[in-house]
Amino acid sequence: MEVRVANVRKEFDRFPALHDVSLDIRSGELIALLGPSGSGKTTLLRLIAGLERPTRGKIFFGEEDASLKSIQERNVGFVFQHYALFRHMTVADNIGFGLKVRPGATRPPAKEIRRRASELLDFVQLSGLEKRYPAQLSGGQRQRVALARAMAIEPAVLLLDEPFGALDAQVRRELRRWLRDIHDTTGHTTIFVTHDQEEALELADRVVVMSQGRIEQVGTADEVYDTPNSPFVYGFIGDSSSLPARVEDGQVWLAERPIGLSAPDVPAGAATLFFRPHDVELLDGCGGCIAGTVVNSRRVAETRRVELEVGGDRQRVEIELPIDHAAANKSRIAFRPRKWKLFPAAD
Amino acid sequence: MADPHIETYDPEHEVMSAAITESRPARAVFMAIAFVFLALFLVLPLVVVFNQAFAKGLETYLTSLNDGDTLSAIKLTLIVAAISVPLNLVFGLAASWAIAKFEFKGKAFLTTLIDLPFSVSPVISGLVYVLLFGAQSALGPFLKAHGIEILFAVPGIVLATVFVTFPFVARELIPLMQEQGTGDEEAALSLGASGWQTFWYVTLPNIKWGLLYGVLLCNARAMGEFGAVSVVSGHIRGQTNTMPLHVEILYNEYNAVGAFAVASLLAGLALVTLVLKTVLEMRYGAEIAATRGH
Repeated sequence: MEVRVANVRKEFDRFPALHDVSLDIRSGELIALLGPSGSGKTTLLRLIAGLERPTRGKIFFGEEDASLKSIQERNVGFVFQHYALFRHMTVADNIGFGLKVRPGATRPPAKEIRRRASELLDFVQLSGLEKRYPAQLSGGQRQRVALARAMAIEPAVLLLDEPFGALDAQVRRELRRWLRDIHDTTGHTTIFVTHDQEEALELADRVVVMSQGRIEQVGTADEVYDTPNSPFVYGFIGDSSSLPARVEDGQVWLAERPIGLSAPDVPAGAATLFFRPHDVELLDGCGGCIAGTVVNSRRVAETRRVELEVGGDRQRVEIELPIDHAAANKSRIAFRPRKWKLFPAAD
Repeated sequence: MADPHIETYDPEHEVMSAAITESRPARAVFMAIAFVFLALFLVLPLVVVFNQAFAKGLETYLTSLNDGDTLSAIKLTLIVAAISVPLNLVFGLAASWAIAKFEFKGKAFLTTLIDLPFSVSPVISGLVYVLLFGAQSALGPFLKAHGIEILFAVPGIVLATVFVTFPFVARELIPLMQEQGTGDEEAALSLGASGWQTFWYVTLPNIKWGLLYGVLLCNARAMGEFGAVSVVSGHIRGQTNTMPLHVEILYNEYNAVGAFAVASLLAGLALVTLVLKTVLEMRYGAEIAATRGH
């Protein structure tokens, strides 16, 4: 089922949580809504579910205007961050709940509901736990049950709000792979919210990067990582370093010196230079490069992170070196980023 | 369905650091004060009540209970409780549902209003109804002309009791429901459940012990209320006397055995309530921990 969010605005007590957001989601896609807290990602998910009503704008499921429908009519499977399992019901009753509350005509008989619950429990690899209560399960198991419960109603769209947020790192990684498998098997259109970029980049077909109630960029993991379209995305996805720079005559200037990067398409004026700390080229001499004094050097796993003070106003910038690189012992390092991007400075 | 994995507050196993623990003699003094106080103000009166009730033997006790007016007082008390407790159960549920699960204008005002009966003297509560339905009021004569008696009749007693007891259920449930949040309800709705199904299958089971606890306290108060009921009842023997009022009448007539016999029933109710309350608190402490004692 395609989902189309059209010019949606949402205010809470006059305070805007989403400004005019539009998004097209293709059928069967696995989409991540990624952003820091307060970016509006959960609000967007809840709007799609029907747990909130938009202040303006519409949400379409296929060709149908879903904004006119209640959450019950939208037929969405929603998985909550804290599971929201019904604590007084067994695992089987939890999974069967969506079928049990159907109106008489479409409600399967009790036996069929039980059979479906067992089937789904097998599917989420928790066979034999039908009679357990949620309190008797681990966090990862609860989240699997929550997913099985959401899938029991054969939802048009599967929505997950920080599905792995409350789990420890090990279980998280395991469930991430497992969710990808489930998605590939069932083919549900799936949207999940996360603040963990690793999770978003690894799991999703496309990532929607959000900030302050707006969508910054929509793209595949490669697109948002390699060609970020805003300073926010560059800074938010992956490690990045930035320096205030200036563009003159199609050349990038740092303080009073050109640094050997040409930017013919960028208008002259103040700008911010972004690059990845690990994607730099070390230079010996410095006829057009960035040179700085080492102020700090730390080993992080297989690389060495070096903090440099650059230029007269002592801007600090980080680069990464191989652990055994000779430059790691120098007190002055010159380098030039291999891949970089300039954004005009916001004034 | 006791939940074996939920940790409950267990005072006996709480580890106290030496720094905040008092010395042995100091502890003994504090405990002695507490016990003496309890004995003096709680146990002793109870003993006196039962002692006086049985002063002239079991037979006299039973005979004085078997009196026509006494039986009618017991009956009236049960009727009043049977009407006002369910009313306040429904009201308390509705109010706490609204307050805990929704945001609306005037919520703080409503919350304050629910506590009003606790802060107003019961006599005033009764007087309000006298002013509202009395012979001098606008409503009283009108209703009387249509054959509806409020004051000095059962409806007045029920109204006064409902007013005095209405905070009990709501006060238990509001903090409990606020703590539980709306996650479970949202989950049920997203699975296609109607509002009623959500309430019945999800909300109610989550709050059932807290609700029972509130009902218990509400019932104890409904049966024992004196002040407000005294003002509106008119004290007509055999007709509008509830048990607490009847105790007073018998006592004023120097019928000590009769008075204490009825009083012993009320004391018995209090004891049963106390035991049930303790059992509920022990078994479902985690669920009703959010609520404060009264």
